[in-house]
Amino acid sequence: MKVHVDMNLCQSHGECVAIAPDVFELGDDDMLVWQEEVPDDRRADMEAAANACPMMAIRLED
Amino acid sequence: MLRLVIVGASLAGLRAAQAARAAGHEGEIVMIGREPHLPYTRPPLSKELLQGTQEIEDSALQVGELDVQWRLGTAASGLDRAGRHVLLADGSEVRYDRLIVATGCRARSWDGPGSELGGVHTLRDLEDAVALRAALASAQHLLIVGAGFIGCEVAASARALGVDVTLVDIASHPLLPFGPQLGERWARMHRDHGVDLRVGVGLAGLGGAQRVEHAELTDGSTVVVDAVLLALGSVLNTDWLAGSGLELNPAVVCDSTLTTTSDPDILAAGDVAAVPVPLAGGAALRIEHWTSAAEHGQLAGRNALLDPAERVSHTTPPYFWSDQYGVKIQALGLPALAERIELLEQSPEDDRFIAACVAGENMVGIVGVNAARRLPWYRRQLTHPRPLAEVKLQLTDEATTLGAPLAAA
Repeated sequence: MKVHVDMNLCQSHGECVAIAPDVFELGDDDMLVWQEEVPDDRRADMEAAANACPMMAIRLED
Repeated sequence: MLRLVIVGASLAGLRAAQAARAAGHEGEIVMIGREPHLPYTRPPLSKELLQGTQEIEDSALQVGELDVQWRLGTAASGLDRAGRHVLLADGSEVRYDRLIVATGCRARSWDGPGSELGGVHTLRDLEDAVALRAALASAQHLLIVGAGFIGCEVAASARALGVDVTLVDIASHPLLPFGPQLGERWARMHRDHGVDLRVGVGLAGLGGAQRVEHAELTDGSTVVVDAVLLALGSVLNTDWLAGSGLELNPAVVCDSTLTTTSDPDILAAGDVAAVPVPLAGGAALRIEHWTSAAEHGQLAGRNALLDPAERVSHTTPPYFWSDQYGVKIQALGLPALAERIELLEQSPEDDRFIAACVAGENMVGIVGVNAARRLPWYRRQLTHPRPLAEVKLQLTDEATTLGAPLAAA
């Protein structure tokens, strides 16, 4: 599955980092970096990350 | 099959419905909402929506193809636990097997002299934000009463729009939830941006012909204004639970699984729920923040389907934030409990820092300014109260801190 983050919306709250630190990370400049291609067995975590994002910046695609 | 009824169609209620479906619940779900809208997110109402960088539709929460019966625009008016149904303001009844209470709060009102005048606002719902935005488009001078999150964020938004702002609070510092010790910093930030901030001062009365024209403050001074925001905090939407026998403190008292202490078939989530917080030694607290509402909702939706013995506890520390003048303030834990603060990290330029909030020997919270990338590390430290000395020792092994605190902090 693909993970999209709208960087116009992202405000680096780090909720996604707390849920899936192997996929999402905040860089030195506080900007989010993430893996765009994630194995399907991580779907539950990715949905949790999307739901936890206060800015609704995370979108998933099959 | 269980019929799940959720009262409150905002963030916590929506997350509860989504979690119940994600957990495989195939029974009916009924969502009862006082407001006529599908669920929306409130943080932009004091910031992006007011400043015009986002529109109303941008605040909609994604509902997708969620299979629920919406009963929107109808407030709950009562709860009959013996008959297992919720009474609605339109006179109808909704039967439940499991019930989630997520009715949140409303803005605290003020009924002093002149409260009925035009141009006097509160801010909680979408309509409030739309009305305030329209007012700010033509206002010259906005008085904000209350320097909490809403008051301070609206002050920053109004300044960005070029509106003069007087911000008053009876407390000695703005933004007390981040701890009183950092209050001077936030006060300076607002004054540096041209806000006339007056602390230790309240509102005595408003005057004007039909619209507000001036405000009298408790120190005897008068301010000429053409718009007023009353940002006096919130009041629980628990009136409909009066006489239900649910334990109220005045919030709905829950155990750590969000199950009410009075009834295993009734759970609560979000602003309306008082839930034991490990960082507070297990005291049942109300945490009125976005992330808690989302987490509570999610957990309540899953737990409601389970037998009480199988339900899972909420353990994550509170997280909240505020954005003002481009500065990102973030907090974990319970900074308001701090007896003192100690700077743990600071950038050489002093524009980014992490402060530990300390009660006794223990770190009970942190506040970060422009320090987002450091929060995940502190989040792992803050699930329970821990001695600050222990955290500091661990910090010495961290390679990516912002820097050592400056000597003359």
